[in-house]
Order: sequence, then structure tokens, then C-alpha cells
Amino acid sequence: MAAAMPLALVVLLLLGPGGPALAEPPRDSLREELVITPLPSGDVAATFQFRTRWDSELQRKGDTDHYFLRYAVLPREVVCTENLTPWKKLLPCSSKAGLSVLLKADRLFHTSYHSQAVHIRPVCRNTRCTSISWELRQTLSVVFDAFITGQGKKDWSLFRMFSRTLTEPCPLASESRVYVDITNYSQDNETLEVNPPPTTTYQDVILGTRRTYAVYDLLDRAMINNSRNLNLQLKWKKPPENEAPLVPFLHAQRYVSGYGLQKGELSTLLYNTHPYRAFPVLLLDSVPWYLRLYVHTLTITSKGKENKPSYIHYQPAQDRLQPHLLEMLIQLPANSVTKVSIQFERALLKWTEYTPDPNHGFYVSPSVLSALVPSMVAAKPVDWEESPLFNTLFPVSDGSSYFVRLYTEPLLVNLPTPDFSMPYNVICLTCTVVAVCYGSFYNLLTRTFHIEEPSTGGLAKRLANLIRRARGVPPL
Amino acid sequence: MGLLSDPVRRRALARLVLRLNAPLWALPVAWLERTMRSVGLEVYTQSFSRKLPFPDETHERYMVSGTNVYGILRAPRAASTESLVFTVPCGSDSTNSQAVGLLLALAAHFRGQIYWAKDIIFLVTEHDLLGTEAWLEAYHDVNVTGMQSSPLQGRAGAIQAAVALELSSDVVTSLDVAVEGLNGQLPNLDLLNLFQTFCQKGGLLCTLQGKLQPQDWTSLDGPLQGLQTLLLMVLQQASGRPHGPHGLFLRYRVEALTLRGINSFRQYKYDLVAVGKALEGMFRKLNHLLERLHQSFFLYLLPALSRFVSIGLYMPATGFLLLVLGLKALELWMQLHEAGVGLDAGGRPGPSAPLPPAQGVGLASLVAPLLVSQAMGLALYVLPVLGQHVATQHFPVGEAEAVVLTLLAIYVAGLALPHNTHRVVSTQTPDRGWMALKLVALIYLALQLGCIALTNFSLGFLLAATMVPAATLTEPHGPRPLYAALLVLTSPAATLLGSLFLWRELQEAPLSIAEGWQLFLAALAQGVLEHYTYGALLFPLLALGLYPCWLLFWNVLFWK
Repeated sequence: MAAAMPLALVVLLLLGPGGPALAEPPRDSLREELVITPLPSGDVAATFQFRTRWDSELQRKGDTDHYFLRYAVLPREVVCTENLTPWKKLLPCSSKAGLSVLLKADRLFHTSYHSQAVHIRPVCRNTRCTSISWELRQTLSVVFDAFITGQGKKDWSLFRMFSRTLTEPCPLASESRVYVDITNYSQDNETLEVNPPPTTTYQDVILGTRRTYAVYDLLDRAMINNSRNLNLQLKWKKPPENEAPLVPFLHAQRYVSGYGLQKGELSTLLYNTHPYRAFPVLLLDSVPWYLRLYVHTLTITSKGKENKPSYIHYQPAQDRLQPHLLEMLIQLPANSVTKVSIQFERALLKWTEYTPDPNHGFYVSPSVLSALVPSMVAAKPVDWEESPLFNTLFPVSDGSSYFVRLYTEPLLVNLPTPDFSMPYNVICLTCTVVAVCYGSFYNLLTRTFHIEEPSTGGLAKRLANLIRRARGVPPL
Repeated sequence: MGLLSDPVRRRALARLVLRLNAPLWALPVAWLERTMRSVGLEVYTQSFSRKLPFPDETHERYMVSGTNVYGILRAPRAASTESLVFTVPCGSDSTNSQAVGLLLALAAHFRGQIYWAKDIIFLVTEHDLLGTEAWLEAYHDVNVTGMQSSPLQGRAGAIQAAVALELSSDVVTSLDVAVEGLNGQLPNLDLLNLFQTFCQKGGLLCTLQGKLQPQDWTSLDGPLQGLQTLLLMVLQQASGRPHGPHGLFLRYRVEALTLRGINSFRQYKYDLVAVGKALEGMFRKLNHLLERLHQSFFLYLLPALSRFVSIGLYMPATGFLLLVLGLKALELWMQLHEAGVGLDAGGRPGPSAPLPPAQGVGLASLVAPLLVSQAMGLALYVLPVLGQHVATQHFPVGEAEAVVLTLLAIYVAGLALPHNTHRVVSTQTPDRGWMALKLVALIYLALQLGCIALTNFSLGFLLAATMVPAATLTEPHGPRPLYAALLVLTSPAATLLGSLFLWRELQEAPLSIAEGWQLFLAALAQGVLEHYTYGALLFPLLALGLYPCWLLFWNVLFWK
């Protein structure tokens, strides 16, 4: 499922009031952690998180004005090594020490899923928020594929994943930990084995289920000193069967339907697989102006019945200026598929507006789904500063639900495209020549020409005519 | 010598046992799902059902229901915006199981590679084209033909290209490539060139229309063989039927072609590794495409794999044929004009001829034949399928036979009906009546043929080449029986019959008269069925457009 999610470099610059106020955070603190989650399919997901905080004299100016919240997306961009290198340079230890030694580009890009993010936000230093410190949080998630990198084997070690092992913590880090998801291990002791055996474990509710993690603290001297390096190993004692992966409660799919180059339909399927709980979802769609949406065709159906959204905000597009913005709050019934569809017409672009590769198609950015998904297990409210960083990936609001933001896949839509090869150029050129020639000819043909009579000699002519009439000769 | 020592008998017995155990053959869906999942694909199934308008006797099916299985190989770190399709139709008697095997082997190999930039969909369809149509309609979330199918659970963005594979055995002597799609659509020539490149690279023997590629273009044999291939392609394209599962992809602007493994008596045979290598090469090339195949080679005729006839060369031929119709119409119009002037000059001398009233009379006399012939066309289109149950109740025939026979009956009845209608309208000048009718018919025919030639050149050209001479010659004077024979011989149905004979002749499998007739009846039924199941346009085009137009000429011939 993770691999189906879009890959977009999303930089969030949230100017809202940062998390719960803390009395006095330490200056320039660095916390880093790596979460390894072995999946039953044999794939392994690894998530790095690095959080740096520093005090700053930069002050926020007043309250956040929500009119200035910005959202932008480049659906075409995929993350590659040129994004990783500057990202690594933001880390205090760069890639010299600590967890960041594992960030080797050739391994990280040999995976089936890769996502990288940078979050910057101000955090209040006291309750009245008179002074702030800034927080830079960098996350990187990869999923190693058992088929491609594991050559079919399902056992893993840090060395096999990253071709490096951990040798020393980053000297600047105040906390440096590796968490390994051993939920299955702790349940029946038979499926999974972690080597070296964990000294401490940590339990928490993540994504609505209770999970157990083995914790390895790099700052604990004994952890590394014994063998000079730490090479975590995972072994599946009893290989899991090839079963269909667990389906998350909320997932979505988006596609373009119809054929031909005139019309089409954008359809988004929202799946709620929760057996008995309905929950609302906020759907944000930003569609480029060259797909002219017909808002009257917006239909939302769940279980064969029309589903009226409780809130709709629509901002129509302006040609070449702004895209359509459609925001809806939809209630998803329990155990249902909700289809949101809207028809569009493909606009004709001016011939200079086409991209250099117009036949590749034009991208439509992914829809963004934000939802509070009910969880199966009630979670305790946690202290954000004390709990591991990965808790903030899926923040729990009130213990009965957790927050999820999903991005659907971006779409590729073909617009009516002229054949930009030689015939098109010839047509353009000939049309110009013909237009110029025809214009001047038409001008010549329709213009009326007057021959101006010379006004001088009027008197002389009249005299001459008088004489000519007297002589009986026709006048001039 | 036991009963099973003879391989033929053994195979027959095995087939019999298989039949007895599983009375209705079905795709081994669960096995396919399991196997595809074990090689690491995302597997989904789609079930579909379709009740055909009447039983299909060629494929022995009426109420069709089946399941398509497809697995998606997700490209690593990509966002599933583009995909390629590799499709294998799995027949009812497991004729294509070697291709399914090759598909699974390729899927397993492709899954281990890191370089994919586009998702690859491995699709196994049941009930050949019906399954493909059901899957394509569900993928694009449209319903063109009234197919009932379950919605697809997994998608992989815009399909860029598709390759279909049909194999009859696990060794092949040659690979035949089919390009003609639904309604005569063709894939981009670059896809074909790609295939040809990999055939040459792998040393595979490639054929087009089942014909070997001529080696020597300097002697007479090469061009002659090219001409045969070209004619076969023209006939195939004119039929408007998809020449393989790829044909249905073209409607959705997915460039596609079908590869058929042929196992003949040739000595040198290739195993599936060679075929797989060619396919792998094609997929890797398609994977590297930044844009869709879009260079303007969509209209072409192929005398050989390495040569094509471009639209600029063949279009003038049709143009000149249609020019004949235009010139003839112009001549008739001049004659009508002169006749009008002469008539008016005789009745009332004057420089200004009152043409409008004279033309008004002419037009009024045209309404009846035009309406009657169009009504015949409509009857030909609607009645056979609508009235099949009535026919089966009153006559001892099956539904499919009933449809074909009603079709023929209405077609022939049309010849008897309309040429008596103009008696109702009394015209002073009989000559002017038929001239006006012929003028209208000529323009109607020219317009139709022009439109057809633009969308499906082969069909347009075939119809123009047969109908134009008879249409221009027809008039109620002169050797009427000769004209009548010529008209009947060039009517659309006769053209179809003739094309069937020519087609089999070119394939070096000539038909006897009886076989030809049987094939003709089967082709009629198939044509009607393909209209209803895939949306082929040949049947409505002939029934609603060209047949009424042809009836107008018939009407002209028997004008009294």
C-alpha cells in the first residue's frame, strides 16, 4: 500500500502556533531516531527522523492570517539523489556520524518506496509565547523490497539494507535511538527474532493498534563498545505465508475515466474498511485550469446512495492564473466505498503554452485526504516531548482516533495536442504567408481610389470652355 | 501396444477426461492469483458477464460470464501514473496456455529488475476479446457495449502501450504480427518498427499476414509478394474487426499490437526464450518512452514489415475515384439545368428561366424513394436482431440462423420494393425525375465514401472501387439487364462475398462455392455480433448508409 502512495516532495511551512508550549527547551538540541518495521510480506520499512531545535531572535509577527496559508505541489517531480544531498547537509552531523551514516544514496534509491520531507515550524518557549525557537524536522522513509534487494530472502540486517553499520552516535545528539517493531515477536515468540536481543522495549498505540518496539540507544556506551559496531539483524523463524497485506481503514484511489480528447471524468474512490465506524474526511482537490470542471456534475455516492457533503468550498479557476480549488467534508459510512466524480472538458492551449513534451500528458496534482480515523485501541494522551518522534507522524487527538493525511496518486491527462512535427510548422508558416499576402491583396482590392481633380486652373478651364462653346467644339 | 501408446489417442483421452471432470471450462482463477502473487505482483480479479444478442455459433457462446485476472508490477519509487499492458487471452480449451506460462515467467523476471519507470499490468483474459473489452471498459470506467462487470480494484494510471501474445505451442517457427484494430484503426508505426528491430536482433523469423518477408525487391517476385500482403491487409482492415486482442485497445488511444507464434513444418524452430527476449526488449524500450508514440504514422499500408505506403501515396487513388462521382453529378446537374431551360423556353419564351419551381417538382418526386430506401436500411439494421424470436417460433431455425436469414431476406426484399414507388408521384418529365434522383444519390455516395475513406481507408477504397463504376453508368436507358447485373455484383453484400473469396485465395486456401457461402453467412452473423459486442461500425454503416444509397441507384435503373 505504501508503494502506491504518491511520491512528492512536500515542503510544509506551517506558520501556525507550534505544538504545546514547553518551559525551556534546550538550545540546539538534536534528536534522531530510526524505526524499522518488518512487514509480513518480507519487505522492511525504515523511517528516519531528525529533529533540530534552535533559539532564534526572529519573532513571529502577530497571529497567523489563514488567508496566507499556501499549498503548492509539483506532481511531476520525483525525488532523486539531487534532493537527498542537500537534505543531508541540513543535518548537524551531516552523514559523518550517528544514524545518518546509513543514508547512502545508492541503497536508499534501490528501494520500492522513498519519501523525504522537511518541516519547519516555530515552537513557543514559554506559555505566553513571547519568545520562540525554531524546529527543523527531517524525515525519510524507505521500503526495502524483498523481491528486488533481498533476492527473495526475508531476513534482514542493517548491513544488508544500507551496506553500513552503526559505529558511533552523533556527538551533538541528545538522543539517538533505533526502534524495531517486534509486535509479532512479543506475541508468540516464534515468528521473528532480533539480534542483538533488545535490552528495553517500548509499547505504544500507532495507527490504532498496539505495537511493541525493541529500543537500542546509541548513547548507551555498552551498545556499541561490545563489538565496535551495531549491526541489527532480523530473522524470520517461521516464514510468514504469502497472505494479502492488512488493509488500512482509510485508503483511496484516483483515476481519469472516459476516452477521447474532449471530455473526461476525475474519479476518486475513498475506502472506509472500518467494520462499524463512520468518519468524516476532508478532501482537497486542486485541478489545473486547463481541465474545465463542470461542478454541476459533481456526484458523491456511497453504497449506491447519494452522499451529500456537509461542507463544500469551491473556487473556480481563472485561465492562466489560478487552478480550481475544491474542498469537501464527506462522511464515509462504515465498510463502504465512496466515489467522488466530476466531469471535465479539456481546454485547448495556445501553441506556445505546451510543454516541450506535450504528448507525455499533463499532470493533475493528487487530492489530499485528511481524516481522523477511529482507532481500535484507546490511546493514552502522550507527552509529545518525552515520547519518540515517530509518534508525531500520526498524532492522536483524543485517544479514540488518530490523524491521517493521504495523498492519492497524481494523474496524467492527455490534452488535444497539435502534431508539433514538420507539417504543423509548415501549416503555421504557410498560414502566416497566406495571411500576409491575402491581407494586402484584400486591402488593395476593396480600397476605393479617388483621382483628385487638380483645383488649379479652374478659371482658365472655364474660360477655355466658353471659347470652345463659341467655336462649336465639345468642351474639355 | 496399449491404448495410450499413441500420442494422438492419449491426448484425445486426456481432453475427454478433462471435459468430464470440468464440464464447463473456466480459467483457473485461484491458481493464477496464487502464482502471480508468489512472483510478487499485486493481483486483482474482475468478473464480467454479457448476454449476446443472439448465440454466437462460431465461438459457441451465448450467455458469457468469465473472470479476468491481472497482476500489477509497481515500478519502484514511481507514482503509478503510466503503465504498459501485457495481455494474453486464455482460450476455452487452453489453447493459449503456453502464452500464459511465458507471461508468468516474464513477470517473475521483470519483478526482480530495478529499472522500471512505468507500471506493468499482466492481464489474462477469458473469452478472448469479450474479456479484453470488459477489462478495458472497467479500467476506463465507461460502458460502451452494455457489458456487466465488476469494478476494478487496482489501476495503474494512463496506459501507454500494450502487447498481446498468442502462442499455440511451446516452440515457434515464426512470429506473426497483427496490427489491424477495431474499425480499421492502426497502431503507431513506431511500435511495429520496434517489434521488427527486436525480431532482427534476435534473429527471429517474422511474418505479416502470415506471409514471409520478400527478400529481393529488384525482381518481380518481391513486389508481387508485397502486393499480396498489402491486399490481405486492405481486406483485413476493411472488415473493421479487431485482428487480435490489441484491436480493442486502440479505441482508448493505447498503441497496441498482437504477436502470434506460428508453428509450421519449417525445420528451424525457436523456443520460448527467444520470444521472451524479444518481448523483454520491447518492454524495456517502451519503458524508456518519455512521451506516447505520437509521430504522425497512424495511417499506412504495409506491403512488408520494413516498408510502408504512406497516406500521401494512397489517398489520391480514392480521391480520383470519388472525383468520377463528382464529375458525373456535375454533368447531370448541367443536363437538368439545360432541360429546365429548354422546357421553359418551349412553354414561354423569356430570358430569365424560372428554375426554382421546376427544381421544386423534381425534389418532391425524390422524397418518396429516399424515404423508402432509408426505411429499408433501418429495417435491415433493426429487424434481424429484434425479430429473431418471432422467426424462431415460426420457422425451424436457430436464433443465429434466423438473424442471418432475416438479414438476407430484407436485403433482397429491398430490391423488389422501392422501384415502384415513384408511380405515386406524377411528374411531367420522366427524364428529369431519374436525373434528379441520380444526382442526389451520387452526391450521397460521394460524401459517404469520402468520410469512410478518411477514417478507414481500406474500406473506403474497396467500396469506391466496386460501387463507383456501376453507380456512374446506371441509367434507365440502354442495356438494362447488363446494368442490373453490374449493380447486383457491386452491391455491398456481393462485395463482401467477393472479398471473402479473394481473401482465401490470397491466403492460398481457396474456397469452394458451398464453403464460400457458409463463410459468407458466418461473416454476416459475426459482423452483426461485433457491432453489438465491441461497437464495430461496419454493420450500421452498410445497413444505414451504403445499402439505402445503393437502393437509390437500383431505383434509378428501374425508373419508368
